[in-house]
Amino acid sequence: MEQKAFQFREIQARQERLAPGHRMCAGCGGSIAVRNVLKALHPGDKAVVGNATGCLEVSTYMYPYTAYEDSYIHSAFENAGATLSGVETAYRVLKKKGKISSEYKFITFGGDGGTYDIGLQSLSGAMERGHDMVYVCYDNGAYMNTGTQRSSATPMYADTTTTPSGTVSQGKPQARKDLAGILAAHNIPYVGQTTFIGNMKDLYVKSERAIYTPGAAFLNVLAPCPRGWKYNAPDLMEICKLAVETCYWPLFEVIDGKWILNYKPSHKLPLEDFLRKQGRFQHLFQPGGEPFLQAFQEEVDRRWEELLARCGE
Amino acid sequence: MCLKAEQINENTKWQDLTEGLQIYEPATSKLFQTGEWRTETPVWNREKCRNCLLCVPYCPDSCILVKEDKRQEFDYDHCKGCGICAKVCPFGAIEMESPGE
Amino acid sequence: MPIKTRMSGNEAVAHAIKQINPDVMPAFPITPSTEIPQFVASMIANGEIDTEFIPVESEHSAMSAAMGASAAGARAVTATSSCGMALMWEVLYVAASSRLPIVMALVNRGLTGPLNINAEHSDSMGARDSGWIQIYAENNQEVYDNFLQAHRIAEHKDVRLPVMICQDGFITSHAVQNITLWEDQAIRDFVGEYQPEHYLLREDEAMAVGPYALSPYCMEAKKAQAEAMKRAKQVILDVADGFEKITGRHYGLFEEYRLEDAEYAVVAMGSVCGTVKDAVDAMREQGRKVGLLKLRVFRPFPGREIGAALRHCKAIAIMDRSESYSSQGGPLGAEVTAALYRAKASAETVNIMYGLSGRDVRVEEIRGIFEELEKLAAGEVSYPEYPYLGLRDGTEDLLNR
Repeated sequence: MEQKAFQFREIQARQERLAPGHRMCAGCGGSIAVRNVLKALHPGDKAVVGNATGCLEVSTYMYPYTAYEDSYIHSAFENAGATLSGVETAYRVLKKKGKISSEYKFITFGGDGGTYDIGLQSLSGAMERGHDMVYVCYDNGAYMNTGTQRSSATPMYADTTTTPSGTVSQGKPQARKDLAGILAAHNIPYVGQTTFIGNMKDLYVKSERAIYTPGAAFLNVLAPCPRGWKYNAPDLMEICKLAVETCYWPLFEVIDGKWILNYKPSHKLPLEDFLRKQGRFQHLFQPGGEPFLQAFQEEVDRRWEELLARCGE
Repeated sequence: MCLKAEQINENTKWQDLTEGLQIYEPATSKLFQTGEWRTETPVWNREKCRNCLLCVPYCPDSCILVKEDKRQEFDYDHCKGCGICAKVCPFGAIEMESPGE
Repeated sequence: MPIKTRMSGNEAVAHAIKQINPDVMPAFPITPSTEIPQFVASMIANGEIDTEFIPVESEHSAMSAAMGASAAGARAVTATSSCGMALMWEVLYVAASSRLPIVMALVNRGLTGPLNINAEHSDSMGARDSGWIQIYAENNQEVYDNFLQAHRIAEHKDVRLPVMICQDGFITSHAVQNITLWEDQAIRDFVGEYQPEHYLLREDEAMAVGPYALSPYCMEAKKAQAEAMKRAKQVILDVADGFEKITGRHYGLFEEYRLEDAEYAVVAMGSVCGTVKDAVDAMREQGRKVGLLKLRVFRPFPGREIGAALRHCKAIAIMDRSESYSSQGGPLGAEVTAALYRAKASAETVNIMYGLSGRDVRVEEIRGIFEELEKLAAGEVSYPEYPYLGLRDGTEDLLNR
């Protein structure tokens, strides 16, 4: 794989591939994910962008306004994997028949609803078949397009509109599904988990690796949603940092089956630091919330230890 | 048949819409001015700015452009005023202003 | 050059695909269409065609991948049946409204339930409003011929809509019958190269497919799609003319079998038409004025033409192989009856439910239907509801009341 050194300034000067004028909410983490993933395409390389129905789709291609510099296709909610696998296959045939000569890359985006849940089968099929494509999940941990209903990516105890906290409820009873683990079990050449940290090197490097690794690749990007998470929109960078420093959202890769931890906090922060900033967890900070905070902390600890073991740390 | 996004609007006849509502141009969203959504406006202080470009990748709306290695003025036609850039800036070179200020 | 041989309906489709050599075929197995992707996979395995087969994990993904491939600029085909198409349902509409000329071989089988694998039209009839062109076949020859014409229709600039080529499960798909094929080169010349104007992989153009459309655009977009469906009628006839020039085989929107002076007519689609023809022939020998209108094209529905063709009849039996649970009869019954009304026809009609889940239909039963039509016209019987043919209801009646 041809990977270039991370040159922050050169990357920022590259042409935008997600144009302004889209209708994502102010401060949306999803659009930051898409912008930066697409910036990892080398200048001059062509791409076809796919998309599952969701916030991103209804906001970035509202007729007649497409926010994409590249060709783009949306078909439905649960079929972004399959749809792009058809595009990628068409590319191979048309290339073989000499009908096109350019090199294309294939990147599709889905929210956690379209990826963890309704689109999991289509994603699994596309990855298992080994199409030369990247599936990027911008994981904002709920069905935000329809108004913050829980998904299998929603963290435990989060208050959502279908798992509301109430007098006898502490929000979502179940813990998050380990999607990156599920994708790694497909034995595809590349799986990465990242978010927005520092100068975005982690996101860039993983995006580039995912795009330029031949075969199927999957990228899971934690993409905060100020409305659904109920935090102050300007605090995005801090929220992401806390997600990583508390080990709620570890940064790792699985390359050809080998698990690699990309970052290990020198002082793992208590999970509370991440939760306290978000309105969706405020009920845990009321009297009586302590056991739930503790249970959530234990869940995060258990998963972190499991990840360390997988990564041989 | 009118094919250009800029010619298509809510008064366009059915005969003139693109087939299957496809669009054959890149980045037509630029025609839509999301800057109107803004309640607070980021103001760039060029003296404080060290041109580190850290604000650039954090903008959800691709509104901080870079030309010849230098940060440019905000794209106010599209900036929604989310305030992430102001918070990200290590040098306090971006301040959010409300209309009353 | 005609080549006479024997084939099943599924083999006929596979042979057509081999001659067309499409770019991409995503498919998921389901009885009774499973053989089609199997045959194609074998051809690919033996280097006989350049098609890329995508062994998708479901029919929903088959239609989604076909959509992606078609939008990308490839000629895309797929095959399915019954619940497989039901799983595609959502994407059928998206493909049609995105104006993607996908061709699907549909081997008609009843939708569950109860679970059953035999011939019925409930799958395609359920999708009758999905925006797909639907062409039905009586036998393997027609399946082959229809499939060869499908791409020309779908890709025509006046149309650009997906097409499903329907045949009855097992009765047509698996029964081996005589068939006349044509040589590869003649077929390839007839079908031609696919040259879309806009496609995702067009190197000098960025294209966006599948927008969210606000209400001010949707009604206009649907009107444009509806007009394309209307225009398809003429394109289907033009393509059939071209096909006839090569093969000598004539196709229209429907076939009128001894209908010109018929007083009593059956309207039907699919394999049962062979049985109806036998009954018509036998009764014509007795001097009875009976005939058949065999519908080939159900979408677009040739209502005006059907009305004109049946206007002179005294009584008409409209045969449905799909229960719509409307309490009024089946889809063919509803649409043909509406066409007769618009044509100001005065014929008595009866809408008959037959052959569900592969229930056999015999020539004698069709003769019985014609006899009922004579009584219906004479006012000796009436069918206020829609009867089932050959239903066990504890009576000796052919049609239950």
